[in-house]
Amino acid sequence: MRRRLLLLIPLLLFAVLVVFLYRGLAKDPAARDSALLAREFPAFNLATLDDPDRTLDRSLLEGQVTLVNVWGEWCPTCKQEMPQLLALAERGVRLVGVDYKDTRENGLQFLDEFGNPFEVSLFDPDGTLGFDLGVYGAPESFLVDAEGVIRYHHTGYITPQDVEDVILPEVKKWQP
Amino acid sequence: MLIRILPELGHFALILALAMAVLQAIVPLWGAATRRPLWMAFAQPMAWGQFLFLVLAYLSLTASFALDDFSVAYVANNSNSLLPWYYKLSAVWGSHEGSVLLWVLILSGWSFAVSLFSQRLPRDMLARVLGVMGWISSGFLLFILLTSNPFERLLPNVPTDGADLNPLLQDFGLIVHPPMLYMGYVGFSVVFAFAMAALLGGRLDAAWTRWARPWTNVAWAFLTVGIALGSWWAYYELGWGGWWFWDPVENASLLPWLAGTALIHSLAVTEKRGTFKNWTVLLAIFTFSLSLLGTFLVRSGVLTSVHAFANDPSRGTFILALLGVTVGLSLAIFALRAPRVQSLAGFGWLSRDSLLLINNILLVVMTVTVLLGTIYPLLLDALGLGKISVGPPYFNALFVPLTALLCLFMGLGPLARWKRMPGRELARRLGGAAIVAVVVAAVLPLLYGGSFSLGVTLGLLLALWLALSLARDIFDKARRGRFDKTRRGRPDRSRRGRLGGLKKLTLAYWGMVVGHLGLAVTIVGVAMVSHYNVERNVRLAPGQSVEVGGYQFAMTDFRERRGPNYTADTATIEVTRPGRASFTMQPEKRFYVASGMPMTDVALRPGLFSDLYVALGERLDNGDWSLRIQLKPFVRWLWLGALMMAAGGILAVIDRRYRRMPRRSAALRTHESIPPGTGAREGIS
Repeated sequence: MRRRLLLLIPLLLFAVLVVFLYRGLAKDPAARDSALLAREFPAFNLATLDDPDRTLDRSLLEGQVTLVNVWGEWCPTCKQEMPQLLALAERGVRLVGVDYKDTRENGLQFLDEFGNPFEVSLFDPDGTLGFDLGVYGAPESFLVDAEGVIRYHHTGYITPQDVEDVILPEVKKWQP
Repeated sequence: MLIRILPELGHFALILALAMAVLQAIVPLWGAATRRPLWMAFAQPMAWGQFLFLVLAYLSLTASFALDDFSVAYVANNSNSLLPWYYKLSAVWGSHEGSVLLWVLILSGWSFAVSLFSQRLPRDMLARVLGVMGWISSGFLLFILLTSNPFERLLPNVPTDGADLNPLLQDFGLIVHPPMLYMGYVGFSVVFAFAMAALLGGRLDAAWTRWARPWTNVAWAFLTVGIALGSWWAYYELGWGGWWFWDPVENASLLPWLAGTALIHSLAVTEKRGTFKNWTVLLAIFTFSLSLLGTFLVRSGVLTSVHAFANDPSRGTFILALLGVTVGLSLAIFALRAPRVQSLAGFGWLSRDSLLLINNILLVVMTVTVLLGTIYPLLLDALGLGKISVGPPYFNALFVPLTALLCLFMGLGPLARWKRMPGRELARRLGGAAIVAVVVAAVLPLLYGGSFSLGVTLGLLLALWLALSLARDIFDKARRGRFDKTRRGRPDRSRRGRLGGLKKLTLAYWGMVVGHLGLAVTIVGVAMVSHYNVERNVRLAPGQSVEVGGYQFAMTDFRERRGPNYTADTATIEVTRPGRASFTMQPEKRFYVASGMPMTDVALRPGLFSDLYVALGERLDNGDWSLRIQLKPFVRWLWLGALMMAAGGILAVIDRRYRRMPRRSAALRTHESIPPGTGAREGIS
């Protein structure tokens, strides 16, 4: 009988594993940890989308919590994401856009067509800032706290559900 | 008309396949339990029918891709009218739904093969094996039909064109990597089914291991090739020049491979010596469970990875349930039915048995190490202890010493005899090999790289130790054959006589030799490329040149180019080296129009002893381009070694033994004992 019980050990170990895997499933599967979490937003020096002569740097992100959204006219998913971004802006979240690997003309047309939730959009035609951020594709969003430190990274498009369940709580969490 | 309803026909075929799988799962097992031959005979026709309908389903999905039927959601999401035809065909398994279909198709293909090639198995055994595979098949077919139907339509608003296949996957590597990998993953279901059949039938003797061994070897060989192809693909397609990232999905394929390697060896012990019986059954269950776990990890999205499929929580729950039921049930059956009696055959502390036991322990420890590293972030997160990611430092720190230990014992294993091996004799036969290995491994790095490197020395030491001990074994066996002839009074003075023993060596033995040498070759590759890799990030404009590792790289031209479904910036780089002919390399930066994704297309100059690797980076402010230039010594050896391992596994299967096998009764085989020291017959595979 003792031996029979020993034979049960693999089953018990496996049961424990399944419990953990199940708990893992319940966690938000879309949250990919960025290598940049808890690090300073990379330095940049970029012109704005609407004014080639106005350049901005990292100080733009200091002072309040900001959601930096990487988008592009060429990115169909970004169009689907726009309503959520507009809703976020309406609810007082400060948004900064990064027009990634795009032309100025297309980018401006995109904002005309789908609405502009951004306080300002940086123009990043060569993808240098995107490269520093480790962007995989668009859209991606980075939540930056008042000290300019990246606190949350969202890969892919923000669903209406994400707005309530993820983005707004995160914004609240890092509010000074 | 038929063409327009092809997806529906495919869907029906899937449903019919499920019906047959369910019958295959229930009727033969019930028949075997109640000893009704008619019911047992149900297994084969159902396996064939299931395979047939899955082939039809698969073909109709392929046809939808070939015909650009964008009303099928899966086609619209993963193809495009501009996609070249061969990628349209391979795009069938380019994403979640289609790849699960391929998974099930391969599973039923294995069932079909088992029913074809195992006609001489006892009927109840065959019925049980196919019954168990029917259960697995039913589970996955339900999974497809309920959560991942590839035939779903986008009606009435049919897109005019598709979103295109992920550019990363538009590549030869993708055409071959997943099918190979799945052949391996799914192939382990056969040995699993054999083990379960043996447990259910209460006949846990050595017979089932003999039947299961060829299937296990073949599956293992496929998995080996699949992993190697994946590594090769990552090497040239992802554009970083790495060949293994300890990414969760890579680990997911490594886990069943490690367990499968242990299984191959413990099957040998159980077959030859009748020991390790419970352990072998447990390993068979583990190996297939790890295949399923891999499937779960990749498709549920619980872990983040470069391979992540589209996530859908309902799918994750379903696969977890499938995993839980399959593994839970099989482990429960194991706990209830595994024999209580210890096998009586003992063995000395130094013997082939004990060395294989060590092999198994080490491989299982390696499996657990990788498993823990892979799911550790998940465990911590579930316990609320924060989010972390486990990276290469952890894996390397544990995996390298474990591999070193494994190789150390691996050198001894083939030379040791079953039951008992005098240590003194082993030392006499291998002392020379050990000394030569140490000396050459210490000197060679100095000659090659000009400096001493502990990693390279260790790698060379292990590889040489493996190769030289095998050489010694072959040499001894060849000589022993000559003595045999002399003793019989026919002194053979011809040169061929000196190698007389070689002829007696079986294919199974050569399979072992090639497989073990393959590991040695891979280790050389790993050690060299990890330590002598040269990497430089440079900036270049047309007309400029730069020197890296003795090569002169000059950008001679830069132009834009149009591909079938992308546009590309192409640099032409002329590479020269004093005293050698020059050649050109053309790295590209591609922009895929339909998906809007940029991609790096690496330029490679492969060589047996060194690869040149040039990747085009970003355009810099002043119009220069950033380039990453790498020299990768011996990187090809990694994959060459893996191919050798796979070839070894296949060679062992071709051995006559397995074709002769079915005529002899199981009872005879169980008590068959092999006298120690008969040379060729000792081959463990």
